[in-house]
Amino acid sequence: MKSSVITFPGSNCDRDMDVALKKYGFKNKMVWHADAELPKSDLVVLPGGFSYGDYLRCGSMASKSKIMQSVINFANSGGMVMGICNGFQILVETGLVPGVLLRNKYLEFICKNVFVKINDKKNKYFKNVDNEVLEFHIAHNEGNYFCTNDQLKEIEDNNQIAINYCDENGKIEDQFNPNGSLKNIAGIFNKEKNVLGMMPHPERMIDTSLSGEDGSLFFKNLINNLK
Amino acid sequence: MIVNEQVAVDHGLKRDEYAKICELLKRTPNITELGIFSAMWNEHCSYKSSRLHLKKLPTKGKKVIQGPGENAGVIDIEDNDAIVFKIESHNHPSFIEPYQGAATGVGGIMRDVFTMGARPIANLNSIHFGSPQNKKTKNLLRGVVHGIGGYGNCMGVPTIAGQTTFDSSYNGNILVNAMTLGLVKKDKIFYSKAAGLNKPVIYVGSKTGRDGIHGASMASASFDEKIEEKKPTVQVGDPFTEKLLLEACLELMAGDSIIAIQDMGAAGLTSSSIEMASKGNLGIEINLNKVPCRETKMTPYEIMLSESQERMLIVLENGKEEQAKKIFDKWNLDFAVIGKTTKSKKIELYFDEEKVADIPVNTLVENSPMYDRKWKKTKLPKKNKIKKEDLKHLKIIDVLKKILANPNVCSKEWIWQQYDHTVMGDTIQKPGGDSGVVRVHGTDKAVAASVDSSAIYCWAHPLTGGKQVVCESFRNLISVGAKPIAITNCLNFGSPENEENMGEFVECVQGIGEASEYLKFPVVSGNVSFYNQTKEEGIKPTPAIGGVGLIKNYQNMITMDFKEVDNLVLVIGKTEGHIDQSLFARNILDEKNGPPPEVNLFNEKNNGETLLKLIDNNLIKSAHDVSLGGIITAVSKMCIKGKKGINIKKPKYLINEIEYLFAEDQGRYIVEINKKDFKKVTEILNKNAVHFDELGTITENKLYINDKTKVTIDELSTSNKSWLINYMSK
Repeated sequence: MKSSVITFPGSNCDRDMDVALKKYGFKNKMVWHADAELPKSDLVVLPGGFSYGDYLRCGSMASKSKIMQSVINFANSGGMVMGICNGFQILVETGLVPGVLLRNKYLEFICKNVFVKINDKKNKYFKNVDNEVLEFHIAHNEGNYFCTNDQLKEIEDNNQIAINYCDENGKIEDQFNPNGSLKNIAGIFNKEKNVLGMMPHPERMIDTSLSGEDGSLFFKNLINNLK
Repeated sequence: MIVNEQVAVDHGLKRDEYAKICELLKRTPNITELGIFSAMWNEHCSYKSSRLHLKKLPTKGKKVIQGPGENAGVIDIEDNDAIVFKIESHNHPSFIEPYQGAATGVGGIMRDVFTMGARPIANLNSIHFGSPQNKKTKNLLRGVVHGIGGYGNCMGVPTIAGQTTFDSSYNGNILVNAMTLGLVKKDKIFYSKAAGLNKPVIYVGSKTGRDGIHGASMASASFDEKIEEKKPTVQVGDPFTEKLLLEACLELMAGDSIIAIQDMGAAGLTSSSIEMASKGNLGIEINLNKVPCRETKMTPYEIMLSESQERMLIVLENGKEEQAKKIFDKWNLDFAVIGKTTKSKKIELYFDEEKVADIPVNTLVENSPMYDRKWKKTKLPKKNKIKKEDLKHLKIIDVLKKILANPNVCSKEWIWQQYDHTVMGDTIQKPGGDSGVVRVHGTDKAVAASVDSSAIYCWAHPLTGGKQVVCESFRNLISVGAKPIAITNCLNFGSPENEENMGEFVECVQGIGEASEYLKFPVVSGNVSFYNQTKEEGIKPTPAIGGVGLIKNYQNMITMDFKEVDNLVLVIGKTEGHIDQSLFARNILDEKNGPPPEVNLFNEKNNGETLLKLIDNNLIKSAHDVSLGGIITAVSKMCIKGKKGINIKKPKYLINEIEYLFAEDQGRYIVEINKKDFKKVTEILNKNAVHFDELGTITENKLYINDKTKVTIDELSTSNKSWLINYMSK
């Protein structure tokens, strides 16, 4: 399986994602934002970080960079595109997934482990994951998901919510919502479910020595689903 | 502008210093030259009050590749890998403008590290605030934490450990010390020594603006009512540009075109160019019209003294300019050839085709003033006799809860959750432990780092305090299973012109020197911050020590959380019952006098090295050093982290229970071992003549003392965790 990780000026989880993808068998290429062409890929990842310093609005400038036109075309033709953290913010800015990401409710950066409940498994990202609840890691300042009531209805009708913040037993309640996201939304798909944007970083959960191992489940499953 | 004595005094120079400048130049300096002298000769850049004493610190060792004098120190961690590290203060700016002050402190220290070719892999910080009741404290704390996070998070470098304290002596002068570790290949270290004639001098990074002019002079003065007016002297940080600068520099460094490189930190273009020329025994000629400027009509004076951030000066091999420019273009950074190296041994500046400065380099560096300031020795205070009646009415569990909730002991999770501590995917010990630990990417090795200070002990007796901080750093590294290698120090003191403050400095440095010599834990880099005082009142002496150690196989790292019920808990090191200057004495008995706990370097070394032996033999399940709040505080933290309880049985000592549990004697650790290993462990301890106590057994979820008094760990955890959150949300 071939993957591509896009490096924008200010990306800082690009290497971590490269390490994770390779660990689970992807042949990964790093792609520079100013390139026009995407290499042939089965998966494109927009990594975390602070593209363009988060200036103007998180993800907004990166969404206009040269490579993004190819990424958008790739996504529109059914290609798998995953945006993590800042990558999610970029996806939102391109309109590939609906909604916006506001500043965290308490106006503070949060770095910690969280639990997320998988809401939908009829997609290549979460199909065949045995667990209902995964322990993931977040590190962001603007992860407070928001959208209009109409959008929310559409998202829910199409089952586009990928994961919700919850407790270790999968209970989705306000007290387990780290950043004020609408409906505890931690990740969301496009209608066709080939594009996934999520705040948590599975690439930081690939080793017992790190924050945990549930990221491994995610990546192992992802590469199997793509085969 | 005509330069005279008064203008010089307004620049922070002393009258005799101005006379010396005129004598060295054999003429009156012009305003640009005076600005350059004032920047180079202030305390921050010249170390004029501290140099004499810093010379006495041990700086050499088998593992030391580079000691003080470069942008940062470098140590050998084997297999051609080296760690570059340093700590630096940004106290004055952070008090005036906490967010930008702290942010640029973090940015500056990271630049010092990647200037040497190393990729930063971990940040730490030591931050100190006034009393929680002081009306400024909350906003300063919030601003500093946001600033540190804002910069470090954006750079994508994990902040893995730190220290936060509160004390009323910082009411008017907070301390913000930032430390960075970087990883480099031993044969790819870059230095600031220029070499060769007619080599192009290159300016890269951000454009120069009027921000931060005279920042270094500001950092060398005391505060008064008018400090708000100094806001424009605080630099403004742009971590995004620094991230680009980091990547661009590392890309250029992969080739072989750089002769010397120096970041523009304090005193900007002035100190960077002079340092490179001075080390290379060369001259440098600069055309200031070529310097990329952000604002119009900047004068030579402003260009030379600006402290705009995220800039570097490079001496390049001839003919490599185009190739280098391509890299900086790719990263959207300015790149300008602004001058060349010369044989004149002078700094010669041109602007609008006129020579605007002409100063021999040695007058700025070797001939800079050095003072042997008067200082006063601190006598060892007399020990207090603790009255048994004072202890009688105390309930241990109540005291324990109070201590766990003390601002200087409580959990700092509210702070470190705002720092990205997991980016780069190698953080294997997060903040909240004895040391932060990161793996050396792609290897089995890991590097541990911790930052410590004990202002109370240093204030009570500077010589003992100085030793103690080094020992504490040593212990924090050993507690995670790391072999201590070297330290960096950030020496925060009041005014060197005050004999008492100067005495505190001299004796703390002596203590640091003695301990680091004995423990073979040399000082490889550091920074001095004087004038941490408002009007006549100085801070408590606060030397911060950043220690770095190596874990050869990261799988053998130790954490402090209790692991398993029924395991045994031992105290390594002897408890004499030293209560003076302990958290217990100061906060529970309200006794603020007396000597700090004595430091016995033999025991420190012997106890620490023996514990490392036990760890190497896989006999230790968890470990934690005993510091503030004594044995019971240390044990409680291990219980809270491991969600386990303990049944403590006080050994049959002569001292009473309270003294045993709350004393702050040095050189002690709490360790958890498996019952079946008891014989092996005690054999090793006895063989090495290490005193130990059997403290108790791990239980489910309650803390007992002699089977009786009990409290749930949840209750202790709440005491420990809620103070800071409540304080910040009020």
